[in-house]
Amino acid sequence: MEEINALLQGFGVALSPLNLLLMFVGVVLGIIIGVLPGLGGANGVAILLPLTFSMAQQPGGTTSAIILLSCIYWGALFGGAITSILFNIPGEPWSVATTFDGHPLAQLGRAGSALTAAFTSSFIGALIAVIMITFLSPVVAGFALRFGPPEFFSVYLLTFCAFVGMSGGNAAKTIASMMIGFALAAVGLDSVTGTLRLTFGFTSLLKGFDFLIAVIGLFGIGEILETLEEGLAFKGASARINFKVVLETWKELPRYWATSLRSAAVGCFMGIVPGGATPASFMSYGLARRLSKDGNDFGSGKVEGVVAPETAAHAAGTSALLPMITLGVPGSPTAAVLLGGLLIWGLQPGPLLFVEKPDFVWGLIASMYLGNIAGLIVVLTCVPLFAAILRIPFSIIAPVIIVICAIGAYTVHNSMFDVYLMVAFGVLGYAFKKLGYPLAPLVLALVLGDRAEENFRNAIKGSQGDLLVFFSNGLVGGLTSLALLLLFWPFIRAGWRMVLGKS
Amino acid sequence: MRNFTDRDWRGTTALTLFAAAAAMPTQALAAWEPTKTVEFIVPAGTGGGADQMARIIQGIIAKNKLMKEPMVVVNKAGGAGAEGFLDVKESKGDPHKIIITLSNLFTTPLATNTPFNWRDLTPVQMMALDNFVLWVNAETPYKTPTEYLAAVKAGGGKFKMGGTGSKQEDQIITVAIEKQTGAKFIYISYRGGGEVAVQLVGKHVDSTVNNPIEAVAQWRAGSLRPLCVFDAKRMPYKTKITKTMSWYDIPPCKDTGLDVEYLMLRGIFMPGGVTEEHKQYYVDLLKKVRETPDWKSFLEQGAFNQTTLTGKEYEAWVAREEARHILLMREAGFLAK
Repeated sequence: MEEINALLQGFGVALSPLNLLLMFVGVVLGIIIGVLPGLGGANGVAILLPLTFSMAQQPGGTTSAIILLSCIYWGALFGGAITSILFNIPGEPWSVATTFDGHPLAQLGRAGSALTAAFTSSFIGALIAVIMITFLSPVVAGFALRFGPPEFFSVYLLTFCAFVGMSGGNAAKTIASMMIGFALAAVGLDSVTGTLRLTFGFTSLLKGFDFLIAVIGLFGIGEILETLEEGLAFKGASARINFKVVLETWKELPRYWATSLRSAAVGCFMGIVPGGATPASFMSYGLARRLSKDGNDFGSGKVEGVVAPETAAHAAGTSALLPMITLGVPGSPTAAVLLGGLLIWGLQPGPLLFVEKPDFVWGLIASMYLGNIAGLIVVLTCVPLFAAILRIPFSIIAPVIIVICAIGAYTVHNSMFDVYLMVAFGVLGYAFKKLGYPLAPLVLALVLGDRAEENFRNAIKGSQGDLLVFFSNGLVGGLTSLALLLLFWPFIRAGWRMVLGKS
Repeated sequence: MRNFTDRDWRGTTALTLFAAAAAMPTQALAAWEPTKTVEFIVPAGTGGGADQMARIIQGIIAKNKLMKEPMVVVNKAGGAGAEGFLDVKESKGDPHKIIITLSNLFTTPLATNTPFNWRDLTPVQMMALDNFVLWVNAETPYKTPTEYLAAVKAGGGKFKMGGTGSKQEDQIITVAIEKQTGAKFIYISYRGGGEVAVQLVGKHVDSTVNNPIEAVAQWRAGSLRPLCVFDAKRMPYKTKITKTMSWYDIPPCKDTGLDVEYLMLRGIFMPGGVTEEHKQYYVDLLKKVRETPDWKSFLEQGAFNQTTLTGKEYEAWVAREEARHILLMREAGFLAK
């Protein structure tokens, strides 16, 4: 197999002492970036990009530079889970779905298990994605070319339907929450007509509602408000903080192999398309809830509910680098910055990069294996440390969290208005919880609403108004049908039962 | 710090005289320099053309230690860049802020009625102009713009032109082609130039007007074919990109009978109300940047038009270009009501 040879050479490149050092530096930086809400992998990589500029001019330096930057990316993927689980604050958009079961687990005193499950699943997701990149890249790279506006819309539709179709609780409240999300997503520039909408003349609204600010407020501040009401203490402070918890969780994980594989497949698909890590994590959580035996208990603290989104997010985040390398299309905001980096270093991402710069490409792929191993080692050894944070008295940690949230919200656009907005979202989040409205549909609509709308309108524009464009070929037709099937599944199942006469 | 002249300090107290005298030698030797971190605003998202240029400028400055204080690049892409422009407009007199502009300097206020204008800013330096090329999928039979546009006309409005953004440069060029030739396109807007190029490879659109750097990888791989460049003269880069062609071999659209010209400004501005001294500092700084080999190879890579302007000429150019955009956008029906 020539891939194996090329990969071994890649390992030769990546395993130099300097590159190994850069790997660990990158991973640690990435974890810190992932933990701080608002900073985000894309910003972290962008800040360090100019530093790599002179590095890239040494012989073999471009490989070192991409190793440093991509390891920041892996680190951020790992780090996003930490605050999601401990404090219900997603450090990165793709860790929102991790909060659904990760935080309840922490409240049950099982923060260590949740963290271990999250990190291990991340690693497995990444590993499957890298193996796919190693052996199947020429085959799957071309797959992304088949995605135009109708196909993208059907992918987003599938995400919505997978997540919402069968969610428990009050359907009307789910729809209300989702519609608020769509309305918020619509504020700002309408990218299809190029005009502003719903800004009511306020210039601070023209950039729209940023997903991160909404999430920091809704989840983070909302959670703090609720804790204030419920007695000023974190539940789960009794978390066990020795290393044994890692091994015990590992014993439990093989039980969820089906969820892992499915989530990794969803993640790889969404990464290649490229649809992104955030929809991948939502879609995979939704599918796991629907298909797992314990599906109905999701949300109350199931390890499987952490495994699903984390595996998918990391698989998507990793495979997003494939369209970046082979097509020059970034699959995520961070990949977009890395892409800019390649161009600045004088490399041309595209179909020829594999042929012309095999050292660079295979060095990068080898570093994906090594970087993720490095990341896993770093985060797992820190599990007891992270879990111990919950033992800090609430009166000390709460102000710290609020300050970090505020800094995070400010960092997104360097704007004080966003901090006020975050507080407003915090109050909204608290009200939602008190009134029993689910937050997740709002968040999902806010993060995907824009793109779904844009692709829907472009598809309709291209077909000159013909809705059948969503069934115009096998790929888009299959995706749309699957989405509709998932959406109407409860009705279909009820109808089926009625036919069988089982009530 | 500012403008201490002999007359200013002669009659002051001993203490201030001492302070001013201490400051004097540096005043006489060195002009103004940044005293804190300089913010470099990009009114577009990370990874795009403007962002790349800003980060390469930042990288060159850092690598060659051209500035004592650090420079940070801040993306403010909201509202088609209005977020970034309004931020600079509100920072009147702040010499620690610069902004890189693209055509949205003109198109955004015209299309959205956002309250800013380039006159709110101080023009510093035109770094380069970005070219636009008409691309089709290499599997199609069209070898010249004439052949392609004839097919578009015969196609009865079913041909799709893909581009970045809406009511911005790509769509303006599309409308200009339509006005010139009578051909009709369905314009499909995407988020980034790289995405547009790949959509053309996947045949989801029939043509694009991508910048060279956005489409070059697909061209080299043999998936795309350039038909003409929207500049008055050929691009000067004669290094072969594919086996048979260099950027220089792409004919100007005008020579093929398609009389449309469009170049996009890649220029640096400061907030309004800064002094001549502040401005001069950045003009000198950017001059040093432009002299580095890194900058020259970047220009070649992106096949930029190397026109650079500063001072009055730059201002006049920007004013002319604004007038032209008003005209183009009025014709296209893109002006906000």
